[in-house]
Amino acid sequence: MTRSLTLSAAAAFVLLALGALVLPDWAMFLFAMALAKGLVCLGIVGMMRGGLVSFGQGLYYCLGAYTATLVANTFGVSDIFLLTVLSTGVCLAVGLAFGPLLASYRGIFFAMLSLALSMVLYGSLSKMSFIGGTDGLNIAAPTFLGWAPEGRALQTALYLYVAVMVVIAGTLMRIYFDSEQGLIALAARDNELRVEYLGASVRNVNTYSYVFGAVLGGIGGTIAVLALGHVDPEFAFWTTSGEFVFVAILAGYLSVPSVFVAAIILEMVRSFSNLYFPNTWQLALGIFLLIVIVVLPDGLGSLVRRRKGDAT
Amino acid sequence: MDLVATILVDGLIYAGWLFIVSVGLTLVFGVLNILNIAHGSLYAIGAYASATLVGIYFANGGDAIPWGSYAALILAAVLVALVVGPILERGLLRFFYGRDEVLNVLVTYAVFLILEDVMKLIWGVNPYFVYEPYTLLGDVEIGPLFYVGYDFAVIAAAIIVGLGVWLTLNRTRMGKVVLAVIHDSEMSQTMGVNVPRIYLGAFMAGTFLAALGGALTAPMISVTPGLGVNVIIVAFAVVIIGGLGSVPGAAIGALMVGISRAASVHLLPEAELFIIYFVMAVVLMFRPEGLFAKTQARKI
Amino acid sequence: MTATVLDVRDVQKTFGAVTAAQDISVAVPEGAVYSLIGTNGAGKTTFVNMVTGYIKPDAGTINFGGRDIAGMAPRQITRMGIHRSFQIAQLCNELTVEENMLVAGAIHGNHRPSFLRNGHNAEARDRALATLERFNIAEHRNRLIPELSGGVKKLLDIAMAMAGKTSIMMLDEPTSGVAADEKFPIMDLVIGALRSEGVTVIFVEHDMDIVTRYSERVLAFYDGRIIADDTPDEVLSDADVRRYVTGAAA
Repeated sequence: MTRSLTLSAAAAFVLLALGALVLPDWAMFLFAMALAKGLVCLGIVGMMRGGLVSFGQGLYYCLGAYTATLVANTFGVSDIFLLTVLSTGVCLAVGLAFGPLLASYRGIFFAMLSLALSMVLYGSLSKMSFIGGTDGLNIAAPTFLGWAPEGRALQTALYLYVAVMVVIAGTLMRIYFDSEQGLIALAARDNELRVEYLGASVRNVNTYSYVFGAVLGGIGGTIAVLALGHVDPEFAFWTTSGEFVFVAILAGYLSVPSVFVAAIILEMVRSFSNLYFPNTWQLALGIFLLIVIVVLPDGLGSLVRRRKGDAT
Repeated sequence: MDLVATILVDGLIYAGWLFIVSVGLTLVFGVLNILNIAHGSLYAIGAYASATLVGIYFANGGDAIPWGSYAALILAAVLVALVVGPILERGLLRFFYGRDEVLNVLVTYAVFLILEDVMKLIWGVNPYFVYEPYTLLGDVEIGPLFYVGYDFAVIAAAIIVGLGVWLTLNRTRMGKVVLAVIHDSEMSQTMGVNVPRIYLGAFMAGTFLAALGGALTAPMISVTPGLGVNVIIVAFAVVIIGGLGSVPGAAIGALMVGISRAASVHLLPEAELFIIYFVMAVVLMFRPEGLFAKTQARKI
Repeated sequence: MTATVLDVRDVQKTFGAVTAAQDISVAVPEGAVYSLIGTNGAGKTTFVNMVTGYIKPDAGTINFGGRDIAGMAPRQITRMGIHRSFQIAQLCNELTVEENMLVAGAIHGNHRPSFLRNGHNAEARDRALATLERFNIAEHRNRLIPELSGGVKKLLDIAMAMAGKTSIMMLDEPTSGVAADEKFPIMDLVIGALRSEGVTVIFVEHDMDIVTRYSERVLAFYDGRIIADDTPDEVLSDADVRRYVTGAAA
């Protein structure tokens, strides 16, 4: 880990932590949700570096959220750390099961198969009335190693928790992107044949990024359900996954912080649109997406980070 | 035995509907190489347009000749193809030809989002009902079971659409040119084919088929916002099973999905919502590019 | 008599009605330099593709390193030491020349590619630079692939293939797409580098001057068969070869 990365991580945390002091309640909630979703999107960005786009990341977002909720409601666990570890573990296991299968597919086929998996989860959960069916489930507020805050303190604690997760996950993913494996992933996106003829397995490369995406999806889902206090099958619906892809495209695959900036932009646009143009929010989103695709094909990240010789 | 017959009939009805909504999707992909998420919106627009036209028809004395409402349904699909098709193809999609397939999925996803709200602006959020065409054909009795005659009309429509598309592609000069463009658009261009015109024509045909699906469905349901969301996902599954760009593939895919879903409804209702994806996943396990896809080795 | 490093026996391959390989048998001694000649469609590239795993033969064996590698994946064959270059250089267009080389180095390095170790670490960059210098293309290291000339692309393609421990190098038309005056310098560089490491070389070539100058032995392909397997002088004066391959009057 280089000094500049350590410094960036520290700066990012300080910046996010400052938010806890200055943000009003509604904004803190909005930011916490945006950062939690940003974690899911970071997973998609990881796959994008290898040339894959998952249209079904809602699978892990939903799986993480339901696991946390079921564990909390069944076993009375409320500790946020334990819930995160457990639901991430479940997502890791599912990711390890599906990753090698999906990693053989490319382009549209990968996108659609990942989407199909998330829709299977959506369909199953909708039909399972014993865990709420389409109504979903509620989850109690989390505790933090025995501490059970309420009101503003709870909001702040959750926000700081997601901030810590974002900084850790962001730093680790940056290290991965810059690593030898990360470089091979970029090469695989570019010319799979070359990579295979150098003796590396493109399928393995894709499996790694898929599994990382599953883990990040699980963390994001856990935090989101704890912030919302409620989960329903919509977490796995394809339009939810579509928004994650939207954020990933807006961010581009060059810069990690831009993923979270993009997630925050989306949440802000959404809440303002809901307030002022409740019937044209998707219209705005669609036009916004087209503009991004045309004007910023490499995403927000390309504004701060260029991808030529000096990418260190 | 009755159960098998029920599953088959239900499956065929659903398959007919599926084929109509997915054949346009596979045609557009075959020619333009764009997997069009907005296909679902075009379906929904078709449904709204036909609900509107049929409503107008009956409001203006259509009761005298209720059969005319079928003409109104089809006219609605034609109008959507003539208006929305060129706007999307000339106005937007043509700038993305030859770009990355997944990027183009996102472009059409954006169109989908936009159209969802445009529909709300035009038609509002209250449901439309046009049940008249649905009841016109009476009921059909098969053994102990009653079916609505209109459901069988959907199967007939699917067969007509399928034969029409197949004959157009394989038995007309224009169709053969389209097949040549599907095979190799660059080569066709150098041979003097007006490729942009073929693209526009194919997209309008795809739009017509999507809208026709919606128009035919409108009398069976209440037309409400969000109609296109689920349609696009099942249509995707069907064309992926069949192989992207293959018309016979869409037919086989529709039959597989239709019958599996009917079987699931009767035998394992819990699985109804995801049986489609299950079938798709199984097919892709064994045929990674779908049943009728042309796999081509890359020259190195 | 040196040991045989690659032993191809009775290999067959048809694509529909087209016979791409018929009773192909050849034993290549270690350290030899072979060239493959023949008209387009004669089966040269099919041969290279079968040995390197891109195409699975219908029948026959390809023995290398004590194993039958026929039908193995390219990745496995590459790991065993048969490396190749391509008719159309296969490079990563969004990466710089140096980064292409770093990718090759990361995959072929002494350790498994790491998730933590920076892909641009100083040691890897030094190694990449050394290889690029050896092929006289270090000056282009910060350029992206589409900006390069055909010759530089070819050299980079070959340099990447050589990054690992190579036992056999198969070069598919190393001089196609290269300016006429660059052909000999490029072949000097490449064959020189390969020979200095004792690598067995098999290259596909259309230019008979290059065939005569650089190869010790020539395999002439016609219609999916090997019609001559001898020294360049013998093969190029063979009547069948003159009729079917080089096109010179009999």
